[in-house]
Amino acid sequence: MSLIYPKESVGVFPNHLSPEYRSTVKRSPSKPLVIVPHTLSELTGPAFGHDAIQENDNDLTKQHKGEPLGERIIVHGQVLDEDKRPISETLVEIWQANACGRYVHIVDQHPAPLDPNFTGAGRAITDKNGYYKFITVKPGAYPWGNHRNAWRPNHIHFSVFGQSFLTRLVTQMYFPGDYLFPFDPIFNSVTDEKTRARMVSTFDLENTIPDWALCFRWNIVLRGREATPLDTDEH
Amino acid sequence: MSDITPSQTVGPFFAYGLAPKGRCEWDPNGNYSWKETIGDNLITPDAIGTKIHIEGRVLDGDGMPINDAMIEIWQADSQGRYAHARGEKPRPNAKFTGFGRSATDKNGIYSFDTIKPGAVPGPDGKPQASHIVVCIFSRGMLRQIYTRLYFSDDKANDADPILALVPADRRGTLIAHKQPGNGPVLYRFDIRVQGDNETVFFDI
Repeated sequence: MSLIYPKESVGVFPNHLSPEYRSTVKRSPSKPLVIVPHTLSELTGPAFGHDAIQENDNDLTKQHKGEPLGERIIVHGQVLDEDKRPISETLVEIWQANACGRYVHIVDQHPAPLDPNFTGAGRAITDKNGYYKFITVKPGAYPWGNHRNAWRPNHIHFSVFGQSFLTRLVTQMYFPGDYLFPFDPIFNSVTDEKTRARMVSTFDLENTIPDWALCFRWNIVLRGREATPLDTDEH
Repeated sequence: MSDITPSQTVGPFFAYGLAPKGRCEWDPNGNYSWKETIGDNLITPDAIGTKIHIEGRVLDGDGMPINDAMIEIWQADSQGRYAHARGEKPRPNAKFTGFGRSATDKNGIYSFDTIKPGAVPGPDGKPQASHIVVCIFSRGMLRQIYTRLYFSDDKANDADPILALVPADRRGTLIAHKQPGNGPVLYRFDIRVQGDNETVFFDI
């Protein structure tokens, strides 16, 4: 059986052209997208086994000789479809700035220090309940060139696969109560307030580890609904 | 009402996490310290079929190279089988995943080494011509865009049910052109994100 993937669901995604985020102006298609049916090519997608990851790939604080500086945090949650069914055995990749707001990437040259004990990349495979967990440090805010005095809110980049090439999602997880939200054109490219709120993690006191790390919970909901029996497609 | 999580841009800094090998000009070895899990060479020791190299540029609305794009491809094997379903009958080329990822370099160039895919079933059971599904991410793209790559030397293109839905004068943007020569089989496929001769992207 395959899932069905209603197109209405992605209607809440940002517009390709969102001029407040300047880089979209020359990088968004200007001609209408061509509507095509979902064929086997779209309804299938890469599968990942636990051999895609190694021990501690999900612990960004253990990739170097020493521990990174910053607030140690746990980020965890479930990957689900639109019917709230867990997506098991799917690859979740993250990358982020260090606690000072600096990326290890060569192009990031803003004057904040690199941390020799922090790369800022991690990956995990969801378990049978769609559950993932990362241990990292809270990323800092950082300036960017979009407009005068532009700063990105604290965020962690997420890349998730799901059950077909259509469910592929690259997004960003934000932290609750960030004072930079009103000023960020990337965050606000999602124009619906309730939808936008789904990119913001929840402070998770219950799973905070005393004397060790704060915890944030964030569920990721991918395209796809359970097919009705009539739509069932055995292959 | 769906609770779907919306898309956000991959941003300019993904390479060290998502595509750490090969194309960065960061350290003398060309690699970030993070290890790669998905790369641009799909050819496995057990892969069956014609080995091909696909290369092209990703260009913006001014025709300038996009040097911070990430291209992902998804394709069938040479027999037209997708390596998708868990628990399916074991294939003789079980290691071939049909999935690859390439980050563009400073000239906006991406590339893949793979196997030419076979025809796969389409709507109404009619076969689709050999093709690769292509997904593009980049700084300045708040959501991914999908296109398809077809092969210039495949006569089945004329009967492909998806190409038939594309205005005839734009179909050429979906064709990878086989390059002359006796060496390895090379196809060229440029992706123009916007403007004149803009690549056809699909609403799927």
